[in-house]
Amino acid sequence: MVMEQNTKLNYTLITDTSVQVNGRTLGHESAGAAMLNELYRAHVADWPKFFKMDTLSKVGFLASELLLKECGEERLGGEEYVSSRAVVLFGITASLCADKNYQETIQDKANYYPSPALFVYTLPNIVTGEIAIRNHYRGETSFYVLDGYDARTMAFNIQCAFQDRVTESVLAGWVDSHANDDFRCFFILVERDQAQDMAQLENDLNEIMDKLK
Amino acid sequence: MARVIQCIADNVVSPLGLTSAENYMNVKAGRSGLARFEEMGNVNSPFMLSRIDRSVIDTLCDELGIPQGDYTFFEKMLLSSSVQAVRESGIDASSDRVLFIISTTKGNVALLDSRIKGYSPERVLLGESARLVSRYFGNPNAPVVVCNACISGVCAQIEAMRALRSGCYDYAVVIGADEQSPFIISGFLSFKALTDTPCRPFDKDRTGLNLGECAATVVLKAVDDTVSDGWVLQCGAIRNDANHISGPSRTGEGSYLALMEVLKESGTEGLAFLNVHGTATAYNDEMESIAIYRAGLIDIPVTGLKGYYGHTMGAAGIMESILSMYAVQDGTILATRGYSEQGVTYPVNVSSANRPASGNRFIKLLSGFGGCNAALSYAYLKD
Repeated sequence: MVMEQNTKLNYTLITDTSVQVNGRTLGHESAGAAMLNELYRAHVADWPKFFKMDTLSKVGFLASELLLKECGEERLGGEEYVSSRAVVLFGITASLCADKNYQETIQDKANYYPSPALFVYTLPNIVTGEIAIRNHYRGETSFYVLDGYDARTMAFNIQCAFQDRVTESVLAGWVDSHANDDFRCFFILVERDQAQDMAQLENDLNEIMDKLK
Repeated sequence: MARVIQCIADNVVSPLGLTSAENYMNVKAGRSGLARFEEMGNVNSPFMLSRIDRSVIDTLCDELGIPQGDYTFFEKMLLSSSVQAVRESGIDASSDRVLFIISTTKGNVALLDSRIKGYSPERVLLGESARLVSRYFGNPNAPVVVCNACISGVCAQIEAMRALRSGCYDYAVVIGADEQSPFIISGFLSFKALTDTPCRPFDKDRTGLNLGECAATVVLKAVDDTVSDGWVLQCGAIRNDANHISGPSRTGEGSYLALMEVLKESGTEGLAFLNVHGTATAYNDEMESIAIYRAGLIDIPVTGLKGYYGHTMGAAGIMESILSMYAVQDGTILATRGYSEQGVTYPVNVSSANRPASGNRFIKLLSGFGGCNAALSYAYLKD
């Protein structure tokens, strides 16, 4: 039996044990942090910067890659850039995972080794920058932190992003990472006309968000 | 009917004062909150910091009737600034027509230090800080934290403008703050971004940035477009360089694009000055000069406030907007403290002295890690 998808939005979903593209399960052998590297090798493979990223960025980056591939988008290259695509992300943990990892490097005086490569990821919006760099997006990039799963606030903020008249589509996502092996994320692509009906967008988001909880 | 977004109240809490007016007066008089520190926690190399005296905040909270409870210093910053601004505005902050927006980069991150005890693990989450504030005011709406590195304070005002224009809310309380702890200081030191002398924005001898602590609040109100007086948040834009996560674009691409978008909507008429990011790092100031030149604004006066406050992160976009409002109304382009001799490829119109301003508007620029850039325009309208 084929499960019918009610949502009209294309979406990808990644947790530490499960990967889905528009409801189809994507196979993998490993779990947690190892699974992210496995997904990269199987589905991306040409962006070695991936291995420098923290967990939040790895998860968000992979979800965006799988989604854009599913949508059949051709990646811009060379000197081609676009400002009409915004990247707007949401989450509860923000950079908590990177924060804890960085704190370990400064906690003990005898073992004090702060590194810029770790510190930079203590800003949650870095993942929006990673996606912008990869896809040559010069539009808006934003990261909003909420105190719980909240499809309404997410839908409202996505709709508000279109008040920037240059923005024609929003690559939106929810991404959380409590620890290197504990993450959950979904990404959607919302075109300007899809954001007009906020109740519909909220329903769609709720439907996908329920799979994360 | 189009909605106009007015700023109806504001507050700045910093080492230079506990109200916006006090801060403005001290900046105009050339005073700086920056001081040199030799160490902090495990950080053992010298740095400059504009630090808020903890006892001053405790006293302020007492005076404002904010129960001390078990609030962290960061939470006290948020509350002491927002309580003052909300009171000045006269709004009922418990109404569901009011939205709370918090701008911060690291919030309660200092709590991750294992030596600090007595707080639940969730307390470090930014959403918890925002909920703590909205709950204090009895506000029922889900508060939003804007966490876009150094540009958060401008993004939060843009977010508020959009939420108000949507018609879903009538007021937004936008609060920015960051506490400077060994976490942030060690990180910026590891980047070799800090200098242990007072920072020198746009100067040829600039050697890096200073950090600072501040809490700042604006209360924004949506009014119908027949009302046309007071401070109006006209427009704003956010753009990415798509270039590097920890360094600005060499062509100032994102900053230029954000600036051009704001100019497209608001033009240059009445523009008194640009209040820039001006962190005094080699790359930031050079990048901003390129963006300003490319936007055709190289003759417009430029002013930066980091020499008075350091980089106040989540508060910067809000506090620097507020002081710019005071400066425009006072007919003054504030001196860029620390600047002496032109040190960027495209010579920006910057000065080490206060200058007379003409115009009723300013544009605020910010850029940050993650390649993000933001610009917004405020205008003072008279009937």
